[in-house]
Amino acid sequence: MKKLWKGNEAIAEAAVAAGCRYFFGYPITPQNEIPEYLSWRLPEVGGAFIQAESEVSAINMVYGAAGAGARAMTSSSSPGVSLKQEGISYIAGAELPCVIVNMMRSGPGLGGIQPAQGDYFQATKGGGHGDYHPIVYAPSSIQEFVDITYNAFDVADKYRCPVMIIGDGMLGQMMEPAEIPPMRDLKDLPNKDDWAAYGHSDGRQRLINSIRIEADDLEQFCNRLFEKYKVIAQNETRSEEYLTEDAEYIFVAYGSVARICKAAVVELRAHGIKAGLIRPITLYPYPSDVIAKRAKSAQVKKFITVEMSMGQMVEDVRLAVNGLKPVEFYGRCGGNVMMPADLVKYVKEGK
Amino acid sequence: MKIVADKPKMLTDTPLHYCPGCTHGIVHRLIAEVLEELGKVDNAIGVCPVGCSVFAYNYFNCDMYEAAHGRAPAVASAVRRVVNPDNIIFTYQGDGDLASIGMAETVHACMRGENITIIFINNGIYGMTGGQMAPTTMPGEKATTCIYGRDPKVNGNPVHMCEMLATLTGPAYIERVSCYDVAHVLKAKKAIKKAFQVQMDKKGLSFIEVVANCPTNYHMTPLESMNFVKEKGCTFYPLGVFKDITKEDK
Repeated sequence: MKKLWKGNEAIAEAAVAAGCRYFFGYPITPQNEIPEYLSWRLPEVGGAFIQAESEVSAINMVYGAAGAGARAMTSSSSPGVSLKQEGISYIAGAELPCVIVNMMRSGPGLGGIQPAQGDYFQATKGGGHGDYHPIVYAPSSIQEFVDITYNAFDVADKYRCPVMIIGDGMLGQMMEPAEIPPMRDLKDLPNKDDWAAYGHSDGRQRLINSIRIEADDLEQFCNRLFEKYKVIAQNETRSEEYLTEDAEYIFVAYGSVARICKAAVVELRAHGIKAGLIRPITLYPYPSDVIAKRAKSAQVKKFITVEMSMGQMVEDVRLAVNGLKPVEFYGRCGGNVMMPADLVKYVKEGK
Repeated sequence: MKIVADKPKMLTDTPLHYCPGCTHGIVHRLIAEVLEELGKVDNAIGVCPVGCSVFAYNYFNCDMYEAAHGRAPAVASAVRRVVNPDNIIFTYQGDGDLASIGMAETVHACMRGENITIIFINNGIYGMTGGQMAPTTMPGEKATTCIYGRDPKVNGNPVHMCEMLATLTGPAYIERVSCYDVAHVLKAKKAIKKAFQVQMDKKGLSFIEVVANCPTNYHMTPLESMNFVKEKGCTFYPLGVFKDITKEDK
């Protein structure tokens, strides 16, 4: 049954339904409803919540809980996610499954608390030190928040990878009707006995570790990790195309900005301009093939990447288009949000 | 042939990488002996730090975590909530790990009164990285980042962890020991045993500080370093029990 859910609380309940029983977090706007909700909800279902002393500590608690075999999560917003990066690198290095939510606010520095998408580089290119990527999802509605969160724990377990879900202050705070999927039976979750360190008495040590001091060992590990990323790219890359079949002007946008672009596409088409939208749902792996395919279409005149940043994803769009068509950028930042009319005007004037 | 002394079951056959004369090996053995005596070898979980004991997981054969620098108490706090309450959880940390980069994690795990045991090796120097000043380097003591000796006016003051943590409500048992001679090794063993007993009784956090040596970075022979610990270390960091709620209970 659909209910009216606030974005942050919908993520929290979807995580519980997915079998997440441990959450560790630290207050920061605009994601506070996630820890607030889970602080009372998790004990109800036999789980636990710790308000950690810092973001650094919270992500290391995730390392501990995930290492012990549990479905664990943390959430934060941009400055707090910066603090988590060391821990995310360790989680990637130790091949632990977990989910990290970033309700992005504007930066750099303390920045502002209004919506932004300035953490794209940090989220998709690794963020912390060393060679790794989290799998990154960018939902654009509350129902999609729910579905992706519910699925994210499965994906994390399947590949033993950190999964990051990025939204923004707007998506986290707004309310929409959404349906939470059925509560998972913990007995049906993947068996992690082979590697999880929860105190075995079978004489074989389980070790949660990311140190590989021998160069060859570490290189071999990185090769294996990146082989895994290839499989993830094959199986998990997701995107949505909206009216791109005959489009001459294609917006590329994710998250809340994609919804604004959709409205602009409708408006442009009402004016007889054939616009369309490619909406990456996974930001890593990136749906480059979908963009590349459209770049080869004769009728496509240009791509317009729209972001609430100074232009970050636009680099991946350019890589995918690979010079076949012009790639332009339209951005607002600082917490400002573009209106569909701004995009309509931009396309009309640039025609 | 009769075996009169043997290696504890909890220790692996991997040769220790520690420098000759370092007391890490002694403390590892004490932990293993104590857990064996308490019948907890089969369900212990250890969290090792970044520092000289970064490879401690090679020596203990129980399930282990290698934590990021300073974060062992945070990792252990989360593990505590996931695993069976009867599992013994310990962290093993040096002074840079526990009292510098991990100070917040240490203090907050103690504030929460986590039912875990923290073994703190305090030799007043960064051993693994080559002898830099630690949060517990004593005034006047030389290190590669205070080559004329620690000057509190320039380098700040060292911290007495047991005394500080004893001001908190959370911890159940706090004791400082040393291993510079046989009598003190035996006392240290008693303290570690009590610490694990406190955890088994679900009384909360137990914290054992071991005033330790670092012959390599002190530029001393093992014996000289032991004398240094005895005369200087244990004077500046007095041994004893700083908190014991089991006594308060009686």
